[in-house]
Amino acid sequence: MVGLLVNTAAIVVLGSEQPPAQEEFIPIDQLPPEDQLPAAPLLITAYAIVWIVVFVYLWSIWRRLLVVEREVSELSRRADGDEESRS
Amino acid sequence: MNQRIFAGFLIVGVVMFAIAPVYIARAPYESTMGLIQKIFYFHVPAWFVMFSAVFISGIFSAVYLFKQKPVADRIAFAAAEIAVLFGVIGLITGPLWARKSWGVWWQWDARLTMALILEMIFCAYLLLRRYGGPGSDKLAAGLALFGLANVPFVYISVNVWRTIHPATSVVPQLAASAPGMFGPFVWCTISFFVLFFVMLMTRIRLEEQRAEVERLHLIVEKG
Repeated sequence: MVGLLVNTAAIVVLGSEQPPAQEEFIPIDQLPPEDQLPAAPLLITAYAIVWIVVFVYLWSIWRRLLVVEREVSELSRRADGDEESRS
Repeated sequence: MNQRIFAGFLIVGVVMFAIAPVYIARAPYESTMGLIQKIFYFHVPAWFVMFSAVFISGIFSAVYLFKQKPVADRIAFAAAEIAVLFGVIGLITGPLWARKSWGVWWQWDARLTMALILEMIFCAYLLLRRYGGPGSDKLAAGLALFGLANVPFVYISVNVWRTIHPATSVVPQLAASAPGMFGPFVWCTISFFVLFFVMLMTRIRLEEQRAEVERLHLIVEKG
């Protein structure tokens, strides 16, 4: 009997200390404006970064290729010159 | 490769890439995420290309290790650099999407962590090639094989472990579940792959020319 009373009292005390249960899921577009994060800046940043990364890389390969091709033609000219002077 | 064909691929890739935002803007909004979900059209193709580049790098690294063919090493090196590039795109666009839809920039779950490890393996590959000195080509080839072995784990991680990232079933079911999104997604994927092809061919050409420079230097020094 005493145990039952203690248990009941404990349930009443614990029950009163618990926070109220959340009623339902709140869709993001129903949150107050201060809790919402705008999507457009994140989306624009993502697309801008993709464009910049792709075109900077294409430009970088093109530049490196020009430098190396110039070096190849210079060395080819020197190698041909050496052959001619030997013959 | 014939220069005209190459120029054709470059023009097609750039035009498709330039038109892609128009198709993406016309695509329907996803019901729960809204506008931010449109990052999907660049984020997922970037990872497709990254995995393809890793696959090419890994396969040609194996060919180089076992057959000692320099051309295989050039292809592997070129593909590794492009893998890092598209990995960077995936790792930047992903957190921008996550910040809005998950509320956090990053989550240390299986998919994201393994994708980061894959990217780091290929960054290590490039660093090894740049600063490793003689013999680094073979060490790097071994590293690329580890990277290749990591790809299936990255892909299936969302199905095996509990993760916040969407499962692999999203893209295969896209044509049936969201036909309005499927067209722009295919367009973006093709444009990414055309750009990948152009980048890979140009990067291989660069490696060929570097090999030619080394050969000519030897001839000039002997002469």
